[in-house]
Amino acid sequence: MSENVLFALEAAANGLTVGIMYSLVALGFVLIFKASGIFNFAQGVLALFAALTLVGFQTGQVPFAHLINAIFGTNIHDFGFTMPAALAILLTVLVMILIAILVERLVLKHLVNQEPIILFMATIGLAYFLEGLGDIMWGAEVKRLDVGIPQGMSPWVDEVTYNLFGYGFYLDELSLWALGIAAVLVTALVVFSQYTKQGRALRAVADDHQAALSVGISLRFIWVLTWSIAGIVALVAGIMWGSKSGVQFSLSLIALKALPVLILGGFTSIPGAIVGGLLIGVGEKLFDFLMQPVIGGATENWFAYMLALVFLLFRPQGLFGERIIERV
Amino acid sequence: MLDQSSEGYVTADGRQIGPVVLELKNITLRFGGVEAIKNISFDIRTGEIRAIIGPNGAGKSSMMNVISGFYVPQEGEIIYKGYKRAKMPPYQVARTGIARTFQNIALFEGMSVLDNIMTGRMNLMKSGFLKQALWWGPASREEDEHREKVEKVIDFLEIQHIRKTPVARLPYGLKKRVELARALAAEPQILLLDEPMAGMNVEEKEDMSRFILDVNDEFGTTIVLIEHDMGVVMDLSDRVVVMDYGKKIGDGTPDEVRGNQDVIDAYLGVSHDE
Amino acid sequence: MLYREAGDFKTSYASDNQTFPIRFDRTAYWVVIAVAFLLVPMVLTDYWANSIVIPFLIYVIAALGLNILIGYTGLLSLGTAAFMAVGAYSTFKLTTAFPEMPIYIVFVLSGLVTAAVGVLFGLPSLKIKGFYLAVATLAAQFFLIWLFTRYGWFFNYSSTGQISMPERTMFGVTITGASASSTAVYFTCLIFTVAMAWLARNMTRGTLGRTWMAIRDMDIAAEIIGVNPLIAKLSSFAVSSFFVGVAGALTFAVYLGAVEAGEAFGINKSFLVLFMVIIGGLGSILGSFLGAAFLVVLPVLLKLLLVDGLGWPSDLARHLEIMIIGALIIIVLIAEPHGMAALWRTMKEKLRLWPFPH
Repeated sequence: MSENVLFALEAAANGLTVGIMYSLVALGFVLIFKASGIFNFAQGVLALFAALTLVGFQTGQVPFAHLINAIFGTNIHDFGFTMPAALAILLTVLVMILIAILVERLVLKHLVNQEPIILFMATIGLAYFLEGLGDIMWGAEVKRLDVGIPQGMSPWVDEVTYNLFGYGFYLDELSLWALGIAAVLVTALVVFSQYTKQGRALRAVADDHQAALSVGISLRFIWVLTWSIAGIVALVAGIMWGSKSGVQFSLSLIALKALPVLILGGFTSIPGAIVGGLLIGVGEKLFDFLMQPVIGGATENWFAYMLALVFLLFRPQGLFGERIIERV
Repeated sequence: MLDQSSEGYVTADGRQIGPVVLELKNITLRFGGVEAIKNISFDIRTGEIRAIIGPNGAGKSSMMNVISGFYVPQEGEIIYKGYKRAKMPPYQVARTGIARTFQNIALFEGMSVLDNIMTGRMNLMKSGFLKQALWWGPASREEDEHREKVEKVIDFLEIQHIRKTPVARLPYGLKKRVELARALAAEPQILLLDEPMAGMNVEEKEDMSRFILDVNDEFGTTIVLIEHDMGVVMDLSDRVVVMDYGKKIGDGTPDEVRGNQDVIDAYLGVSHDE
Repeated sequence: MLYREAGDFKTSYASDNQTFPIRFDRTAYWVVIAVAFLLVPMVLTDYWANSIVIPFLIYVIAALGLNILIGYTGLLSLGTAAFMAVGAYSTFKLTTAFPEMPIYIVFVLSGLVTAAVGVLFGLPSLKIKGFYLAVATLAAQFFLIWLFTRYGWFFNYSSTGQISMPERTMFGVTITGASASSTAVYFTCLIFTVAMAWLARNMTRGTLGRTWMAIRDMDIAAEIIGVNPLIAKLSSFAVSSFFVGVAGALTFAVYLGAVEAGEAFGINKSFLVLFMVIIGGLGSILGSFLGAAFLVVLPVLLKLLLVDGLGWPSDLARHLEIMIIGALIIIVLIAEPHGMAALWRTMKEKLRLWPFPH
């Protein structure tokens, strides 16, 4: 195999890490969209917020330290203890559930029956609010996140590819872990929605709001439930991205890329979100690798959106979505 | 039996009906594997009030959508004013003089009654883009001229008092009337009314019936209507097409249709596999 | 009487159709214009010009443009800043290529170039709507900024990657470059803002505006009653982008003087303009003014209050601002989806009947 093909393959494999990130954020979108028809722009910021909170708990930061210091002229920063990762994750999950409850109480409840575009804009507002809140609570500087996922070159991949092609691929071990965790997460979600009572209710609501209401399913409970799940998915995404490149604002920009992922995968399809995310992650790395000599680098900035644009023109329902028939 | 000659006929109440203006020939419309309309042919004459009736799901609204160009039938042709109608988008069909109302009111909720009705005249207004942007003499004059025409429609339908009300605030019955006004403002040759009286009380139905007859009488507009209220249909219309399961099962004057065995079966619910 | 329709009879359709049907409003309008042209220039300091007045005027133009697209036509765009960049870079290229070209013509041409680019990225709107379209406009946002920072031709191969505005005069007065006085800059922006607002009002009051609103309220019905969706949507994109392009040209040429695409026209600016439109009022000319004013004044106010007044660190104030804006968006959408302009309208309706409740 020629060297270039190998390099391209390696680039593609590295696109997987990013791709999983996109997939996870997109998964959060799909969950909320299916259950409530809301296109949750804040999903990416949820991941950022979750990661910030996790780091905050782990390192024993005092929430709102900056604000308290500014108001009272004090100089506090942390409680002086650190927390084991497992406990911090558990606490963060609780915080995400709390956010889900608050979002339902304070926002969604008041926007029932509004047009989708209004709801969408409300979630943009929510994204801004959470971003500001996260920064005020935990500080805006880039933070290191480490919950014990191994990082660095995967010797196993290196060895296997060396034996196969005579050239060892560099692949971050984190990617493999991320892939595994994502698989576990999706399996858990599928099991939950297929085999539990709440899962059935969730699917019923996704299918037909009115009908679900009429058989006595509480829509408000379902909303809290989906937003909680989406919050947990966001936490997983936040942990992975945070482990890779630190917890910082760019995380929420990464999340914007989940939008084209959804267009590829369709708004209502969980496999679509996963496949779409991987496709875009790999695609943009590969495109950048191939096109760099021709049009210059940094095409990752826009490749996903342009691909989505092309898709919208030729297959608006996405790879897995259903075709919509318009009626009067 | 009516005299079906090409010149037309005279109705029982003495109105002269003209020649055929729109003819549907062997129309078949499919959605995926489902045939919504199966090989239907009928015609519509100038000045006529033509009703399409049938049980729920018979394909009446689909028929309406075919005439207004929203659905394109897979088979068959539409002859309009003597020419075969080419395949064209709905907005062009509207420009050939066919206006309509909708079963579930389709008004522009964010606009006032006046603006809604003015949209009906859109295709009659000519001012170019720049003239409008500068609100230059001709554009503002044109706006006033058309406003005058719209005011006539408003007077005709007796909705002066709600002229500037946002449509979203109106009760159902008035919305239906505003929708009729919007269609009338386009000065159509053929007016399609999709269940103009659905959900109305007796009084509102009487008003609407009167308006329909007046429109037909004063402007000579050809009217095609879908309606469920049999009493209203039989009173208003000159000829009736009856549809059931996408097929035409009857066509003729109200009296003829009333005596048609297929029609009676369809309405009394005789089982279909007999 | 203070605020009454009684006695103010309309004898023609033209007078019934006018922008301000109530005499009090007409008077108020002329007073505002007079204050803006006569009083403000006399008291304007450099600080207030640069921190509030000039950005306000420019953002009004951008918000008007975006409002035409979102508020009047119902097409959501998240690429406003990229279209502002198109206006800015067009101005730079045009004025450096043709130094003799009058600067106001350069601004108008920049708007037209942006309109063309806008139409191009608006093409998908014929097939898609809602947030699907939002994603398509994100493509514009990221692709265009990439283009402007990647290819030297756009910034004349300057070593910094920035574009900077050479000195230009309008009717003999220097309006760009370091030596331009803030009064000159103020008048330039004011003239453009007033003219653009007038154009926006004209376009939204007639057939064109009604076609846009018909598409917004019910696109299928609009098409069936005779609206050509192609023309309606693309004209909206063109007009909207023209406005946004002129705003971008002014931002670059008279306000900032030198810009780098990624910094000055990033996605956050797109959101800022979107928020102006939402908070000010979707589908309202007045709303564009109110929204721009609010979001230009808010950060300055917070800075004065928290940083200068209470001595807080400025990044804390900035984060608080983001939080407040986010919360406000939600509150506005819940309480009054048509924004400040609708609140204003309700207030006026009450005032008409005051002191009677109905």
